[in-house]
Amino acid sequence: MPVQPRRATQSASATDTVRLSGVGFGYAATHRALRDVNLTLPAGSFHFLTGPSGAGKSTLMKLLTLVERPDSGSLHLFGEDATAAPRRALPAYRRRMGVVFQDFRLLDHLSAFENVALPLRLTGGRRDDYAANVEEILDWVGLGDRLDDRPSALSGGEKQRLAIARAVITRPDLILADEPTGSVDAKMGERLLKLFQSLNRLGTTVLIASHDEALAKRSGATILRLEGGRLIGGAA
Amino acid sequence: MISRLLMRRESLLPRDGGGEPWLVSLIAVLCFLACLAAVGALAADRAAHGWSGQLRAEATVQVRPRVGETGAEAAARAAETLAGVPGVAEAQAMDRKTAEALLRPWVGDAVLPDLPLPFLVTVRLDQAAPASAVSLGRALARAGLDATVDDHSLWRGEVERSANLITLLAAAAFLLTAAAAGAAVVYATRAGMAAQRALIQTLSLNGASDGTIAGLFQRRYALLAALSGAIGAGLAMGLVAALRFVGGADGVTAALPLAWSDALWLSPCPPLAATVAFVAAHFAALARLKGRH
Repeated sequence: MPVQPRRATQSASATDTVRLSGVGFGYAATHRALRDVNLTLPAGSFHFLTGPSGAGKSTLMKLLTLVERPDSGSLHLFGEDATAAPRRALPAYRRRMGVVFQDFRLLDHLSAFENVALPLRLTGGRRDDYAANVEEILDWVGLGDRLDDRPSALSGGEKQRLAIARAVITRPDLILADEPTGSVDAKMGERLLKLFQSLNRLGTTVLIASHDEALAKRSGATILRLEGGRLIGGAA
Repeated sequence: MISRLLMRRESLLPRDGGGEPWLVSLIAVLCFLACLAAVGALAADRAAHGWSGQLRAEATVQVRPRVGETGAEAAARAAETLAGVPGVAEAQAMDRKTAEALLRPWVGDAVLPDLPLPFLVTVRLDQAAPASAVSLGRALARAGLDATVDDHSLWRGEVERSANLITLLAAAAFLLTAAAAGAAVVYATRAGMAAQRALIQTLSLNGASDGTIAGLFQRRYALLAALSGAIGAGLAMGLVAALRFVGGADGVTAALPLAWSDALWLSPCPPLAATVAFVAAHFAALARLKGRH
């Protein structure tokens, strides 16, 4: 059963996971990918970000993951101003996020187990400390019997679930997923949505960028819509 | 579960089957050349010390006979005087026959009988506490002998300067080779990072710091360089051993005498190569990462 999400608000709060104020960004002076975006994601909320291709969804995701920085306005993450955070501060922000990429970004030379363990390994975790957690989360996404398989041996849906398992293994405060159902069928899309809802029930803030407006409506999450780089509001 | 705990963790950096063998080969050749330069410097230093030691252990005295005294008599008296000087092991007047034998290869037999030859005394000095040219000169003067002492310091200085120059050139060759190896690693690091751009971004978005990412590359290239260093040093050791075996203590030429211990001097090559690669990859990777957002 879907979780009733908290609504997005425009007011700033220390408990806001994400707060964008008047954010603008352009890849070139003549092309503005985002214009005056104001957005607040309270802690524990669940949002879908929709809009046509080229609307700026992926650009917004890049700003939230600090791959790109706003040209104008401010970006707060986890209550801190990250607009001009120095490069050395980025790992601390990113360790509080779990990112699911549209193209999965799995490491083909590592097993499914090692892919999921990656964020733990990068923070100095020991295999014997995290092995049970990794196996548990792989069970949770239905890949408990594929621990030693390489990503190249997995189907599109399995890769997507593996990417989600990697994103959530650290129990992050914020999950950002870019088209997580883009390469799976409708049944698998529903199943993945349930995974995100389960995470949200545990208190994780979730933002999913997707073309699939029907799925967004079925999710019961707050829907944010980007068009031409502007956030034009949302509907629950 | 237990088997998983015992499994070795795969490196986060995939192997580059195309570029890494070439890098290993290139650095191995550079290490081989650096080892040859080091062995050359060792051998040149050994030869120079040998020659210098021989020159330092001897002095030559030229005696000019006084009126009423023959040259042979003056030389004999000088030898007797010098034999009593502290720091002299042996002093011997050189007879005309010995002096002619020394000159024969240069001037031939025809003119030797008519040639006025200097009257010389060869002095073998005590190695532990050799007498100085000044003390030898004073002893000769006290004995009323008109003589000039040559302690070979001019030649010794030339030999030592030559040895120092060869050592400097070898050190420069060694440093240039190390710099070339470092440059090769910098190039390989940059190429490797360009090829692994997606991996780097994935690691970064999963919370890896620049130091962690740079660490992957510096460890990889340090290990490759250590392997290259072992190959290069191994080949150089083999060459030294072969030359030592074929040529004996003189190696292939008396100018570059080799010792078995020279091979041991090459053993730090792998860790040195690894250190150069580690530092080069570290700075190359960090510079590359800082160039990104």
